[in-house]
Amino acid sequence: MNRATDQIEPWHQTNWDARAAANFIGGGSGTGLLLAAAAAQAAGAPYWPLALAALVLIAVGLACVSLEIGRPWRALNVFLHPQTSWMTRESMIAVPLFAAGAAALWQDGGAYAWVTAAFAAAFLWCQAQILKAAKGIPAWRAPLVVPLILSTGLAEGVGLLAVACALPATHAFARPASLALAVLLVARAVAWWVYRARLEAPRRSLAPLDRAAPLFHRIGSWIAAALAAIAALLAPDAVAAPLGAVAGAIAVAAGWQLKFVLVARAGFNQGFALPRLPVRGSGTPGASAKPGW
Amino acid sequence: MTRWAMAADLRRCIGCQTCTAACRQANATPPEVQWRKVLDIETGEFPDVRRSFVPVGCMHCGVPPCEHVCPTTATKQRVDGMVTIDYDLCIGCGYCAVACPYQARHIVHRARFAWNGEPAPDERARFDSERIAVATKCTFCVDRIDAGTAKDLKPGVDPEATPACVNSCIAGALVFGDRDDPASPLSKLLAEAEHFRMHEELGTDPGMYYIVDSLSPAGERAR
Repeated sequence: MNRATDQIEPWHQTNWDARAAANFIGGGSGTGLLLAAAAAQAAGAPYWPLALAALVLIAVGLACVSLEIGRPWRALNVFLHPQTSWMTRESMIAVPLFAAGAAALWQDGGAYAWVTAAFAAAFLWCQAQILKAAKGIPAWRAPLVVPLILSTGLAEGVGLLAVACALPATHAFARPASLALAVLLVARAVAWWVYRARLEAPRRSLAPLDRAAPLFHRIGSWIAAALAAIAALLAPDAVAAPLGAVAGAIAVAAGWQLKFVLVARAGFNQGFALPRLPVRGSGTPGASAKPGW
Repeated sequence: MTRWAMAADLRRCIGCQTCTAACRQANATPPEVQWRKVLDIETGEFPDVRRSFVPVGCMHCGVPPCEHVCPTTATKQRVDGMVTIDYDLCIGCGYCAVACPYQARHIVHRARFAWNGEPAPDERARFDSERIAVATKCTFCVDRIDAGTAKDLKPGVDPEATPACVNSCIAGALVFGDRDDPASPLSKLLAEAEHFRMHEELGTDPGMYYIVDSLSPAGERAR
């Protein structure tokens, strides 16, 4: 057994807090909604209210994270390292994303909606890679964080579409939206299950994830998926849209909870480790030590 | 090629923290920031208890994750392996800090002083506003090395060209030198001692070696 002080065991990083989590929350939901809105408008659904809400979500997320940087007046320096930095790439994609989004709003969809959706997908990909590249945080650097962030972003976006389908103007799209939501929630549940099963992280990092899992995984993914499937396939017309909206709201709330916990609660660092203890007084080397794992 | 690196002989380190104090004096770091610190790790159960003192800080990795993620190019890697930060470019986003598996990076968002919130005369004289709200870390005393090598001094051999922590170590536990020069004190020590690098499995190629035991004359583990 290892005894160690707080200085030795992994401790919670303090550089990224709820403001950074808000960027992943707004960016994930917003980009997911842009993709969902592009698909829905192709089927005849109104585009601009959904796209506007999505762009606002992404903008709020970026605004939150800009409040966290130490030197905001130098923020334009963030564009200087596209060769390897996913943060630079995310920032660079945000520019054409908002430009295409503005054009799509102006045109109320059409081809610009698909261009915007393509940038949205790239933005979401960058967000997932940002976490994966954070090598100092075991819960973030796990490769399986990528499908988790992608699947929850898409599920949140379609969940918001399902919520919007409770309104009369989009009522007709409730069943396909609910069906897509059910599929994406199953994908998210599987992504979470595999991520958590394979995650190697400090004990104190796993604890908040496991505390959040019942709400996020069981209710937020499985039960919401069941509700969405019922709304899509079994519910009478009068119930389908409201039931799909409830499933969508649960899916969105659960996705936000997951990202908040992952970024702002489970971000424990690597800590320190000795593969072999040095030879000292006793004259023999000791076994390894990895406090906190 | 030159690759500056450091070794900490854990058989010798006594945890006196003189290196920490020397670093703070040399680099004028604020009270809560230690670019070079010494961990005090106690392991085992009575009566088989061990205590190890482990100097840590920036490992000046060969594959630095901090440089990889930095969105501004403020973090750079020199050809001699040292990882540097340009305080004028850094935006203080903290990405490098969460990318570093050695917890070596610090961001201080407002000026702090050791006593009563007011700077002591020496703190006032050496206060550098450029280091507020940006990432900072151990520099391997790059200024000393550059100034020393410009005078044909040998880092790791000549104190004037050697990092402050290494100069100050009372146990001779810290050794600095060119990893690629077989004649450097560092290379000689690594050749004759069993060593490891922390979190090497993460693929960072850290430039800090930890000595744990002697090697037999045949180059095998002595124990």
